[in-house]
Amino acid sequence: MSLGPMMQWMQSILHWVNVNLKANKGNVILVFSKGCLHAVSSIDGEVLWEKDLSAESIEVQQIIRPLGSDMIYAVGFVGSSQFDAYQINAKNGELVKHKSADFPDGFYGDLLLVSSDILVSLDATRTSLVTIDFQKGEIIFKKTHVSDIVDESFGTAVLLPSELSGMFAVRFNTLLVFIKVTIEGKLEVVDKITNAAAVSDALSFSEGQQAFALVEHVDRKILLTMKLVHDWNSDLLKESIAMDLQRGMVQKVFINTYIRTDRSQGFRALIVMEDHSLLLLQQGEIVWSREEGLASVIDVTTSELPVEKKGILVVKVEQSLFEWLKGHVLKLKGTLMLAGPEDIAAIQGMRLKSSEKSKMTRDHNGFWKLLIVLTKAGKLYALHTGDGRVVWSLLLPSLRESGSCKRPTGLSVYQWQVPHHHAMDENPSVLVVGRCRPNWDAPVALSFVDTYTGKELKSMGLIHSCAQVIPLPFTDSTEQRLHLLIDAEKHAHLYPRTSEAIGILQHEFSNIYWYSVEADNGIIRGHVLTSNCIGMVDEYCFTSRELWSIVFPSESEKIIATATRKLNEVVHTQAKAIADQDVMYKYISKNLLFVATSAPKASGEFGMAQPEESCLVVYLIDTVTGRILHRMTHHGSQGPVHAVLSENWVVYHYFNLRAHRYEMSVMEIYDQSWVDNKDVWKLVVGKHNLTSPISLYSRPAVVTKSQSYFFTHSVKAIAVTSTAKGITSKQLLIGTIGDQVLALDKRYLDPRRSLDPTQAEKEEGIIPLTDSLPIIPQSYVTHALNVEGLRGIVTLPAKLESTTLVFAYGVDIFFTRIAPSRTYDSLTEDFSYALLLLTIVALIAAIFVTWIMSERKELQEKWT
Amino acid sequence: MEKGKGVMVGGRRWAVDFTDYSTSPSSRDIPDPPGFSRASQDQDDSTLSRQKKDAESNWKSQKAWEVAQAPFKNLLMMGFMMWMAGSTVHLFSIGITFSALLQPISALQGVGKVFEPYKDVKVDLLGPKLLFIALNLGGLALGVWKLNTLGLLPTHASDWVSSLPPAQEVEYSGGGIPIR
Repeated sequence: MSLGPMMQWMQSILHWVNVNLKANKGNVILVFSKGCLHAVSSIDGEVLWEKDLSAESIEVQQIIRPLGSDMIYAVGFVGSSQFDAYQINAKNGELVKHKSADFPDGFYGDLLLVSSDILVSLDATRTSLVTIDFQKGEIIFKKTHVSDIVDESFGTAVLLPSELSGMFAVRFNTLLVFIKVTIEGKLEVVDKITNAAAVSDALSFSEGQQAFALVEHVDRKILLTMKLVHDWNSDLLKESIAMDLQRGMVQKVFINTYIRTDRSQGFRALIVMEDHSLLLLQQGEIVWSREEGLASVIDVTTSELPVEKKGILVVKVEQSLFEWLKGHVLKLKGTLMLAGPEDIAAIQGMRLKSSEKSKMTRDHNGFWKLLIVLTKAGKLYALHTGDGRVVWSLLLPSLRESGSCKRPTGLSVYQWQVPHHHAMDENPSVLVVGRCRPNWDAPVALSFVDTYTGKELKSMGLIHSCAQVIPLPFTDSTEQRLHLLIDAEKHAHLYPRTSEAIGILQHEFSNIYWYSVEADNGIIRGHVLTSNCIGMVDEYCFTSRELWSIVFPSESEKIIATATRKLNEVVHTQAKAIADQDVMYKYISKNLLFVATSAPKASGEFGMAQPEESCLVVYLIDTVTGRILHRMTHHGSQGPVHAVLSENWVVYHYFNLRAHRYEMSVMEIYDQSWVDNKDVWKLVVGKHNLTSPISLYSRPAVVTKSQSYFFTHSVKAIAVTSTAKGITSKQLLIGTIGDQVLALDKRYLDPRRSLDPTQAEKEEGIIPLTDSLPIIPQSYVTHALNVEGLRGIVTLPAKLESTTLVFAYGVDIFFTRIAPSRTYDSLTEDFSYALLLLTIVALIAAIFVTWIMSERKELQEKWT
Repeated sequence: MEKGKGVMVGGRRWAVDFTDYSTSPSSRDIPDPPGFSRASQDQDDSTLSRQKKDAESNWKSQKAWEVAQAPFKNLLMMGFMMWMAGSTVHLFSIGITFSALLQPISALQGVGKVFEPYKDVKVDLLGPKLLFIALNLGGLALGVWKLNTLGLLPTHASDWVSSLPPAQEVEYSGGGIPIR
């Protein structure tokens, strides 16, 4: 949340210029933000002056300061067809001159500064180039039709934002045209290049020469060319570099210079790829690369690693006998201190490879898995949880720009097929859901990816849109999970598209519901599937009927947060034994929805609403029947609300305006309809209805308990630990404002905490009531690290019941393993097995010795 | 127990009984030697042996009652130790409780063996045996009661429902805020 305004601020900077104004104030940085031009001293950050242009209705495109001048020009458009230029004194921010001119054809897109006094733009039809001379007395427009300078017609033009002095680049589909502006203001074509991917800004180097880089894609290689701006025909540098296809196209290129050891001029290029990775190119090689795409994780799911196949392993060992021998020779060298630095590196590499951590097979404890991560760039990564390396990555073809998909976006990733029965010979796969355009009625793109090989198995570009993806609790005979995709017209589409899937769905047809939360309208609607779509020959399409709706009063309540239980959460038992061996039955329903609403006035930033007029209302809703199970009001409180729902409880975080503090509340919901099951004998012989299937239409009687506590931090995300069997006690994982993850025992958020718990309650583990939740510094699971820009926390169960795997993502990604109740089911790593063995051997020896001694003694007794 | 029994019979481990009370010669494999009259010998010792036998059976029944009452002392001691152990579950209390349970059980299993030395035609062992069993059952009951006070007996509903899996729901509903 804190990063949001910061980012906005960053985005609104149009331009910054270094101006050396006064000796004592150093350079001045000009920042344009939210319609206001600020001059900031680079020494102490003092705002020297500011000029507010927000009242002028100008959309400022560029801030220009010609070299050696004290004047600043702010240029931009008013409306779509008026060009304005403001001349401002750089010393004090005074407005010197304001010029304005109309261009009847209108403008399209950005302004580009070609030379110190000439701007280039496109007209509204994108078929003509417009040069604007703004520093003379009058603003002069000059329009040149594209077909006048480029012979053929190539459709619409796009200006590339590269700053090449005296020149600019225009893209027509695949063709890139470099156009020069002559002194007389005429346009001349310099060159046409096909397959060009990106052009850098011009960079000045020795003797006032300027160079720029041009990147082209040729086959599987990229061609980096450095050219002088003023001398087109000579290439400073021409390098071709082999490039991984999974990185996609080059998006941007930046250059800088260095002096080689032979004192000649060298150039480095930093390129940004389609998958958002960064690569530094120097002398025809990739010096380093970074997977920056992982900074924008959208969704995460997991996959188990392959089962270890014994037979294959043996064959591999035989094949690599030589490798094995070589390894041992290396190790011997290492122990005899004969190894050189290269050998040592090789030994370390081998150790890393052979260590348990990075094995590519399933381990006994289930610690090592593959994290399947979908990033904003449309790339899928498989990260190994042992050492965090990228096992494979795939730039999804369905999420790349193409003719039919202009701006595709990835939405989410689901587990599609998780083989248990045929784990040996079938690979698990994931479903990636994407959309062609950002708007929500755009056609959906599905792709299925094998998680072991990282290959796309199948992809579907579909005609229908996708508003929701609902994984159903059924799988078919090949263990593919059934999914319902709800489109914008509220039709449900079934996947996989097989007759078997239809059969399974038909069997459970009347029991499948879905709901939609319309946050803007303040309505929650419940639907039930009815029949096949009418007027379509698609048998996998079903219509649905609205069953219920909950309408929140728009003047007092606005939906600000919802939470549901995780689909794969395992609950061990419904019963909760409390003090005096009494039983409470948790209300455990997969169809529970938590909704928080706040007064519309208080749904914005803090300080917008008074405590009297802001109030937070929370609901627990059964999404099958639409029944409101519980409603509670927090007066004088407001959002943002972060909530997590697990088992029978929900914990949410909000701001209390009266107390000026953050609060966390817990709400636990219990089922009253089973309380009568108290007869022990009936339970012993199994005559009870506790495990029989229940219908939500039976209107179970519920009772809730809740309590609130103060909490010091504001929160970015909340998650809860999850374990394989759901026996281990839970911990809340709170992503704090300091980008750390704090583990807080659920016991602290127990509504049954009281000021003076009885002995029995203490035995049960109830902590005496305090008004605020403790923050124990040792319980930060991120230790001293920060997960920069934390956005989400994902928990996964390990096979070992005590252990939870935690993955936190933001700009950084972080993975750890925690045990909320300590590792009660495994021995610690420093456990001395030798001592245990020794003890056992000693005990057995002692038993034998004493046995022999007692035999002997008995015999002696008999003789006397 | 094994050692105590040995002491009770006067440290005697084994004995060969040469006295022969049978009257008919057919009971033995070997025929009587010539000139040996079984009847005359019986007549000679009859009064002496009867007296001796009476005294022995008296002594045996007395001893049997003593043995039958022995668990009572045990019971008192166990009770005292349980009181000392307290009602919280820890190693000491669990150890005591289990020994209190095991001791009567093993004693009950060996009830025949305990009264073996006092077996006699004339001694009625039923009374002592019943007392012995009753006292040991009392000890067992004490152990079970202790187990219950420790909370280790499944006598509450919570002990039976905790292992039950949660009930399945018939309906299924999914959805949420539409993906933007």
